Amino acid sequence: MKAYRRPVTAWWWRRNPYYVWYMVREASCVVLTIYALTLLVGVARLTQSEVRYEDWLERLSRPWVIAYHVLAFVLVAYHAWTWFKIMPKTLPRVPVPDKAIVVAGVTAIGICSVLLLWAARA
Amino acid sequence: MRTIAIECLRYHPEADAAPHWQHYDVPFTDDMTVLQGLQYIKDELDGSLTFRWSCRMAICGSCGTMVNGVPRLGCETFLRDYYPGPLRVEPLTHFPIVRDLAIDQSDFLAKLESAKPWLMPKVDPGAEPHRQTPEQLADYYQYSQCINCLLCYAACPQYGLNEKFTGPAVLALLHRYNADSRDGGKQERMQLVNAEDGVWGCTLVGYCSEVCPKGVDPARAVNQNKIESTKDYFLRFLAPRSGR
Repeated sequence: MKAYRRPVTAWWWRRNPYYVWYMVREASCVVLTIYALTLLVGVARLTQSEVRYEDWLERLSRPWVIAYHVLAFVLVAYHAWTWFKIMPKTLPRVPVPDKAIVVAGVTAIGICSVLLLWAARA
Repeated sequence: MRTIAIECLRYHPEADAAPHWQHYDVPFTDDMTVLQGLQYIKDELDGSLTFRWSCRMAICGSCGTMVNGVPRLGCETFLRDYYPGPLRVEPLTHFPIVRDLAIDQSDFLAKLESAKPWLMPKVDPGAEPHRQTPEQLADYYQYSQCINCLLCYAACPQYGLNEKFTGPAVLALLHRYNADSRDGGKQERMQLVNAEDGVWGCTLVGYCSEVCPKGVDPARAVNQNKIESTKDYFLRFLAPRSGR
């Protein structure tokens, strides 16, 4: 039997919006990695000297770095939402509707974030 | 009566080097499905068009096709929702095309058999009924609704990229038996779950569960079994089993 096998290209994810959002979710880890490395550099500068740490802080205040952080925030927030959205599928069967698990998770992370922000400002 | 433009992907293995699109103008009424549109083409316009169908009511799982790029059962997709078209109908993606809209299902069938999708009783109930509580039934009921239509395979990019991946429906059906309180075949099936191309081939895209016409949630079955696979891996150090 001569069957025809259609090729799968590297752009397969462009054929359906569902796949595009999946790729956004997966790609957000790259942005998150760069953000984590930036923080690590900050910790390293802090251990070196105050001058170097202040220099690192000054670099963070540049417009393109702030724009990057806004982008990272949006992508990580989206990733966090998808993480809670699929959470019910990864849990053993519990007598609670899926939506309740998602809402509880998103609410909990929201409260934690606000508390963290409040603690950082205090 | 309105007319809708339907474009079908055609492939004749003896004549064509590659598939090509063919255009048809199909008159339709509001109650006509995509499957009925294809039947109109075959009966009135072009008798050479090949496609699978049987029950016409989302039970047999034969008429799965890509409708405008989305895996759908032709019998429960209405032409009116795509008017004026063009409505593009093509074979389920990720499967080899045998002819026109008919795909080669052999890979799926071999995988299905390897999952041992039958009840292997834990204890022989003898002449007594094998009782189960509603709670125990709820553990696997939704997975038993799978009709093997393969829409989830067409939706799964991991299967498209690596056809060795066991895939959503087989893993959902495997879970249907593993989660059954009467079944005792879990250890035999865990080899398939634990394999590199078993549950760990899934990256939780989740589209398989979105397209299922029977409300089965294969993504849940697969990810429940990631927990089972992890438990199976670590527990064998605590309680080694023979022959492993």
